[in-house]
Amino acid sequence: MTTVTTRPIGIARVGGSRVAYETRGYFRSLDTVFFTFLFPLIMLGIFTTAFSASGDVGPVGSQISVGAFYLPGMLAAGLLLSGLQNLAVDIATEKGDGTLKRLGGTPLSPVSYFLGKIGQVFVTGALQAGLMLVAAATVFGIALPTDPAQWFTFAWVFVLGLTASALLGIALSSVPRSGRSATAVVIPIVLVLQFISGVYLSFNQLPEWMQNVASLFPLKWMAQGMRAAFLPEEFAALEQHGAWDLGWVAVALGIWLVVGLVLSRLTFRWIRRDA
Amino acid sequence: MKTTRTDAAGGREPDVAVRVRGLRKQYGHRVAVDGIDLDIAHGETFALLGPNGAGKSTTVEILEGYRSRTAGEVSVLGVDPARGGLDWKARLGIVLQSSGETGQYTVREQLRQFAGYYPNPRDVDEVIAAVGLEAQAGTRLQKLSGGQRRRVDVALGIVGRPELLFLDEPTTGFDPTARREFWGLVRGLKAEGTTIVLTTHYLDEAAQLGDRAGVIIGGRLVDVAPIDVLGGEAARVPIVRWRDARGLVRETRTDAPARLVASLVAELGGEPRELEVIRPSLEDIYLDLVGDADAADADGAAGPATETAPEEALA
Repeated sequence: MTTVTTRPIGIARVGGSRVAYETRGYFRSLDTVFFTFLFPLIMLGIFTTAFSASGDVGPVGSQISVGAFYLPGMLAAGLLLSGLQNLAVDIATEKGDGTLKRLGGTPLSPVSYFLGKIGQVFVTGALQAGLMLVAAATVFGIALPTDPAQWFTFAWVFVLGLTASALLGIALSSVPRSGRSATAVVIPIVLVLQFISGVYLSFNQLPEWMQNVASLFPLKWMAQGMRAAFLPEEFAALEQHGAWDLGWVAVALGIWLVVGLVLSRLTFRWIRRDA
Repeated sequence: MKTTRTDAAGGREPDVAVRVRGLRKQYGHRVAVDGIDLDIAHGETFALLGPNGAGKSTTVEILEGYRSRTAGEVSVLGVDPARGGLDWKARLGIVLQSSGETGQYTVREQLRQFAGYYPNPRDVDEVIAAVGLEAQAGTRLQKLSGGQRRRVDVALGIVGRPELLFLDEPTTGFDPTARREFWGLVRGLKAEGTTIVLTTHYLDEAAQLGDRAGVIIGGRLVDVAPIDVLGGEAARVPIVRWRDARGLVRETRTDAPARLVASLVAELGGEPRELEVIRPSLEDIYLDLVGDADAADADGAAGPATETAPEEALA
């Protein structure tokens, strides 16, 4: 018997078809479009507009607009929302409503399934970041970096951060006891992390203990990496250790990526284990 | 039509699609399935009947590979479901009890997606036509009625051209016309040689579609037989019912109902009041089986789901 779907090439082909399928489903769900896809852009718009009267911020001599100051944080929040929030709620819901049970009865490889999920995260995450950058440059009048090295920093922080975020989302999806409780479990985690990691509040103004707590979680490092990519060099002095510490950003996100991978591998089941 | 297959090791693959021996499933101290033996032939349509909580769904989910078993041997298409890989799943079609999926996709998109998982799928538009959803092919699942969504479930179960199809209460929520159309669809699959395991609460559905039926009660298969002999001879003895001279309803089971009626007429010197001669329907026979099992359990000290229950299964 020839079984194309279980060979590596079949697994990749089905994974590709699932990326398209998942992305279509994502944009057809009003909840995800608003609370995951557009949310950071809306927040960027609100912050830019609300604080536009308070003038520029930053070290004397290299001041930037409030919008420019918030842009890296919102890009980092986008990584957390598009990866962790998106997949944790999505997979928990699919577990609750029987989607996964149905898939578990088909010859769909779990590898194809996750290629579809992570592909969807990358397609939507890239569109989200692209949309924010275009809006920043055109609507909010924020100057974007011209140095290729800064764009390179953005690129690897984006890829590493989004991958870690997606894997942690898969792991977190096994926590809610039902599909209905998924948002109740996931949203508070995401919200608290955004407040303590320098997305909504300027990180250098947080108390040191809170900075230390935030350092245990990945969002702080995503935000720091994005600041390194988008803020003038002089802003490095405002960081906790007076430098961008990009090496530590890579290490922290790498560790979280591995943690996410191991936890997802250990916790994922098509259906809840019976007694 | 029986087929004999030879596997790579040169051994004979069992001549049956499903073979179950001594199957048991225990949740803590509760025994859900208590020693089931069953063979289902290739190409057969087998109806599994039984009250809710009798162990029907547990048994079927073990066959489908969803649940582990506590003890016993199970072979489905020659493979142990507990170790069934993707190649094995490609030969099955599973229609679960209703699911509450969000349904952001159209009927055609959903079927096309699922067809892509199988090595040799059916044509998507033919499947849509077979379940009578041509007019809804471009409609999102969330906008369909309950009966229409159930037809999508069935369509997803058959799109992979399964050798063995599990149908778990497939026509719940169908109107009578839709049920008859569905039966026609199942007969078509049967004609193509598909083996079908059907669980249902509708006895007429089992009678229409099933070659054989098994009745599970209290985790045991109390009877397995071709539909027309289920319950045995005794269960099919006609009932004669009438109202006697004192106005009491009388009921007698006899193999010779005409003779009894004739003697009644002679005795009464006229027509017996409210005379009925009843041949038990499948539903009556089934209810007798369930009632007998309940009575037997009530007699014994142990409950239906206790492994020390003294009664022997009739099978």
